[in-house]
Amino acid sequence: MAHTLIAYVEDKPGVLNRVASLFRRRAFNIVSLTVGRTEQAGVSRMTIVVDTDGPGARRAEANLYKLVNVLRVDDVTNKPAVVRELVLVKVGVTAEQRTAVLQLVNVFRARVVDISAEAMITEITGSQDKVESFIETMRAFHIISVARTGLIAMVRGGSKISANPPLVAAQLPEDGAAEGTSELSMSV
Amino acid sequence: MTKLTGAQMIWECLTLEGVEVVFGYPGGAILPTYDAMLGYKIHHVLVRHEQGATHMADGYARASGKVGVAIATSGPGATNMVTGIATAMMDSVPIVCITGQVGSKAIGSDAFQETDVTGVTLPITKHNYLVTRTEDIPRAIKEAFFIARSGRQGPVLVDITKDAQQGSAEFVWEHGPVRLPGYRPDLRTLPGELERALQLINNAERPLILAGHGIISAGARAQVLEFAERAQVPIATTLLGIGGIPASHGLNLGMMGMHGEAYVNSAIQQADLLLAFGMRFDDRVTGNLKTYAVNARKIHIDIDSSELNKNVRVDVGLVGDLRDVLQELLPGVQSADHSAWLDHIDSMKGDVAVRDIQSLPDTGHLYAAHVINDIWRLTNGNAIVVTDVGQHQMWEAQYYKHDHERTLITSGGLGTMGFALPAAIGAKFACPDREVWVVAGDGGFQMTMAELATIKQEKIKLNIAIINNFYLGMVRQWQEFFYEKRYAATPLLGPDFVKLAEAFGLRGMRIKQRAELQGLVEEARADSGTVVIDFQVEQEDSVFPMVPAGADLDKMIRRPARDVMIETGADPDEWELGA
Repeated sequence: MAHTLIAYVEDKPGVLNRVASLFRRRAFNIVSLTVGRTEQAGVSRMTIVVDTDGPGARRAEANLYKLVNVLRVDDVTNKPAVVRELVLVKVGVTAEQRTAVLQLVNVFRARVVDISAEAMITEITGSQDKVESFIETMRAFHIISVARTGLIAMVRGGSKISANPPLVAAQLPEDGAAEGTSELSMSV
Repeated sequence: MTKLTGAQMIWECLTLEGVEVVFGYPGGAILPTYDAMLGYKIHHVLVRHEQGATHMADGYARASGKVGVAIATSGPGATNMVTGIATAMMDSVPIVCITGQVGSKAIGSDAFQETDVTGVTLPITKHNYLVTRTEDIPRAIKEAFFIARSGRQGPVLVDITKDAQQGSAEFVWEHGPVRLPGYRPDLRTLPGELERALQLINNAERPLILAGHGIISAGARAQVLEFAERAQVPIATTLLGIGGIPASHGLNLGMMGMHGEAYVNSAIQQADLLLAFGMRFDDRVTGNLKTYAVNARKIHIDIDSSELNKNVRVDVGLVGDLRDVLQELLPGVQSADHSAWLDHIDSMKGDVAVRDIQSLPDTGHLYAAHVINDIWRLTNGNAIVVTDVGQHQMWEAQYYKHDHERTLITSGGLGTMGFALPAAIGAKFACPDREVWVVAGDGGFQMTMAELATIKQEKIKLNIAIINNFYLGMVRQWQEFFYEKRYAATPLLGPDFVKLAEAFGLRGMRIKQRAELQGLVEEARADSGTVVIDFQVEQEDSVFPMVPAGADLDKMIRRPARDVMIETGADPDEWELGA
């Protein structure tokens, strides 16, 4: 099962390499990984989707905490969170097909961001399910290329998240899922 | 503020960190630092291979509890350190490695002796640094020492470009604690877990402590003993836990695992509560995980939260420094009487004596176990013993009884052959007044024997026991048990070790009979210089008992019991032992 981890890391050279190396070394399979700056200077945020079970996710979290440049880790898999991915799909279309494509784009609330004589680039943002089914639908036409950002995620609600949790979950969650681990690491 | 070169800063920092000795090897990219060294009081030990430098720093750290330091140049100098760094990483030993790097402008250009050393060592260091600016050197080195010695200890590498060493800047040393926002060696679990642990502890009928390296790293001997004595809990140790509690302590059962005593492993399988103190359930101590201690609840205390539930699923996991956690637990630990359990373990111990190698008939050959047991008697158990890896290492663990912490120095996790000789040099620098023994096999000894020259140059006194069976013994044993005695590439022809020692300007001895042992060993100990002793032992002897890799922990191969005991060449009971 896919687990979504958010890691706040110091914005320093080589940190991405350290994180990626950790997942490789511990034999985890990364589904997607995105990195970007945050509202805090010097802090980057990684959203890592990793193909593992509950205990595996806790192990990944614990190992991430061992990296000196990692500030905080949250497993948001079972938390109320907004999860989004941005996808660009370039489809080859004839003049006759254009309308059909535009209709589907509207249904998915996607956008057309570029049109040329024989192709158009569409853009869709949404949950993984939504973008997957959009790409599936577009297969009816001639897909020239697909570019995906990978997932980013944000927990709902207004509480401020500390980048410095003093306590970590040492226990496996009872049901094998990752619930509760984040609760523990929330306390400051 | 004074301006210093980067090279001077390195020595300034090491001095401020209290470093007295470093182990290293010069070269192009680290030359500025070597040039600056002459202005400082730190003693530099010139090694013969950079792997030796890391093992020496490692041995120094394990013997002293302080951070060991190794220095090398870029490229091959640094890559030669890899084995030593990985060894320290696996056994959580605090060392700092400083390597020169090509000039910052040349990085990435495949310059002469350029290697991406931070990349190469990334998975085998606790953390590493590439420093390209002179003014960043003090902070990097201060952080390196802090990271190496705090939390779960480990190796840290600082790679410093040649131009950073050559440049000058104001030397700024920030006194006070290091601020690293993402590094929190003091992570803890929620307090409710302590209560759950106490409930299990106070209700256990057949509890057993699994004592690991953490006892020594955390300095938790007193707390573990108080715990064990009050609650009457027997203790089994890992290889690296040996010495953590006295071998002679009544509750210490001895070593567990692949070559642990059979009754110790049986006790683990029969326990109803396992208390894992600073150990990590390595496959060499658990055997088959599916059948491992299935009847036992498990409490795991470790400073590294990623160790909890890694190999063995535990009921309560407590994160923290072992001494601190035990101090929190102790007020709630009730006195208990587990005499039925202790008596039961004692009854399982029964047949150890008959199967003991000490009862083997005299074949005119020398047995490694005799050699090690005799060295233990002759040194009154007070020596620091540094072993290599293989059969002799297991015999050491079985037959040298360590009552003191930091007196067995051995590569446990990585199993690095060639470790013993250089690590012993490091240990001797840490404890110059202690008697230090190397116990190595003829295979591992030949991997790093060039360091005999270092011993000669540094004029240090070691006693070096080569347990020479003309085989790569442990591999041969596996071939005997599991590969139908097909001895592929294990017969080993070594040099004449006596002549070899003499060629290095050291004394060499050869012992083939137990009758010669006492006299010659005493002579070696009395010699003011290092003596290399070639103990030519029984060639096809095996380490018993043994859990085959991946087998159930209590399904051990046992030494065939002999029905006749014949006098061996000497009777150690009649030896007169000096104080």
